[in-house]
Amino acid sequence: MTLALAAVLPLCGCLKSPYHVTQIPNGGAFTGSTNDFASTTTPITTDDSGDSANKLKSSDADLTGGIAQVDPSNFDNWIANKEALAAYTVHFDYDSSTVKASEESKLTSVAQAMKGATPVAVRVEGNCDERGTEEYNRSLGDRRANALREKLATMGVDPKKILTVSYGEDKPADSGHSEAAYAKNRRGDFILLTPPSPGQLSKLENNK
Amino acid sequence: MIRCKTFWITLFAASALMGTSAAEPQVTIEGTVKKGPGQEKPILVSLSGFTGEALQVLEFDLYVQGFLATNADAAQYLFTGKNNDNLEGRVTDKYSKEVKVSKAYSGASIRRQTHAFVDDFVQKLERKPICQTRVAFKMDTGPSSEIYISDFDGHNEKEVTRDKNIVASPDWVTGRFALYYTSYVPGNPSIFFHDLGSGSRKAFARYGGSNISPAVSPNGSHVAMILSKDGWTDLYVEKSDGSDLRRLTKTREDESSPCWSPDGQYICFAAKINERRSLCKVPAAGGQVQRIATTGVVNPTEPDWSPDGKWIVFTSQTRGFDICVVPAAGGEAVPLVSGEDPSWAPNSRTVIFAKRQNGRRVLSLLDVPTKQNKDVSRFSGSSSQSQPSWAK
Repeated sequence: MTLALAAVLPLCGCLKSPYHVTQIPNGGAFTGSTNDFASTTTPITTDDSGDSANKLKSSDADLTGGIAQVDPSNFDNWIANKEALAAYTVHFDYDSSTVKASEESKLTSVAQAMKGATPVAVRVEGNCDERGTEEYNRSLGDRRANALREKLATMGVDPKKILTVSYGEDKPADSGHSEAAYAKNRRGDFILLTPPSPGQLSKLENNK
Repeated sequence: MIRCKTFWITLFAASALMGTSAAEPQVTIEGTVKKGPGQEKPILVSLSGFTGEALQVLEFDLYVQGFLATNADAAQYLFTGKNNDNLEGRVTDKYSKEVKVSKAYSGASIRRQTHAFVDDFVQKLERKPICQTRVAFKMDTGPSSEIYISDFDGHNEKEVTRDKNIVASPDWVTGRFALYYTSYVPGNPSIFFHDLGSGSRKAFARYGGSNISPAVSPNGSHVAMILSKDGWTDLYVEKSDGSDLRRLTKTREDESSPCWSPDGQYICFAAKINERRSLCKVPAAGGQVQRIATTGVVNPTEPDWSPDGKWIVFTSQTRGFDICVVPAAGGEAVPLVSGEDPSWAPNSRTVIFAKRQNGRRVLSLLDVPTKQNKDVSRFSGSSSQSQPSWAK
């Protein structure tokens, strides 16, 4: 949300007038910035058709409903590496999708790994213990994966390079029925994805 | 005085909203009002002349619809007949002396003939027959799971998928030999439509993120589902031709398990509102989300709306899992038996659900009014059967 708002602010700034700010699609009330209009030195034009570089643009960034997912088929042939980020598996409390403060350093490490020179993507896999019903857990695992995706996005990782999947309770890390097993199973795993060839990479770039 | 009046109106409105019955008068006339779910006594029947498989099937079919076999002196309905090569059966009401059914069956199998006999009987009591219906379910063998279908009593099981992957939540299309279900074959969970007659299937929803928990509308025109294409786990509805996708919720919390009201007007689902797990409904065309009170029961999930529109059966998650029912408008919820993920039969009284047993799940049938309960799973070993959907 913060990130999305920050992305919209420069657009408003370059117009120098709140009257040109069109409705943000699906957005709530935008209260605008505290620009000092009196100090404006650039003449204000009401016709923005002339200056295409400066023209107001908007896209369907849903400011109140989450960060849109990317088409997973963009990554169909990418190579999955389960070990690379295995040390950074994030664990959750029972019936919770809140990322605990104690787990945030793992996300920082994942974000760092994403920032290298080599182009990579990551698949976040949300999982649950068996103490929920199956579809309830599938939704909870989905919420966990998306909570981690949002955190990574706020750390500067391009959300278009973060895929999510929920396995609910279908892929336990520990198949036992103890509290210790449950604690291991309430988790978000990070799978590193690397492109098989430069051709695949350009497909990703084109889809940006 | 005016203030006092306003207070009472407010109190009444608040309690109506909460679904409690504290402010509503309880009018019950002894003998005319049926007892609530789980409180009714079974209707007694006697069975004479039947043997072997026919007798077993008769007892099973009647038990899961609220009848109980006993001796002829105590019984109201007297079942007499024989089953040498084919089944011949007659049912007489001992009190009215009326002959309800008198038929000879042939063809198919003794099992099928007996199912047809029981179906003929319950229709004379103005109930919907269920003994020749099917269920779909998830068969989990550990490393992978597949969609299966079988008769309602677990017999004649057939494998629908053979992907050696993960599947979930099959849902029958009303009046058709077809299912929607979730499959992980494409990588991320995606929703498929599968025509069982032709064996052909096609991807229905393959958005980014999760595409899970499909629920097809009673007339087949729309599919409700849980998607995270926009980054949050929300409820959506789309036409079954793949057009007109609508987002019905927009919350940071996770919605789950949609189902439809039988008139197709509402979608009921499990949600979290003000930190409390609740059942909710929303107009299928979009609009205000309303809470459905489940008084006395916490953490409701997996709702299924009865075909007659009167009840919602659901799972309550506490330390274990309980099958519960609540009036469709909300109100006092009644826990019935341990189990999860219930699905109504066409008769609006029997449900099929999954029961945890020694670390696995098995399917079980429950007659809601009498709480008569019998396991149906015929699979041994460690495999799990869960997420049943009853064909209607």
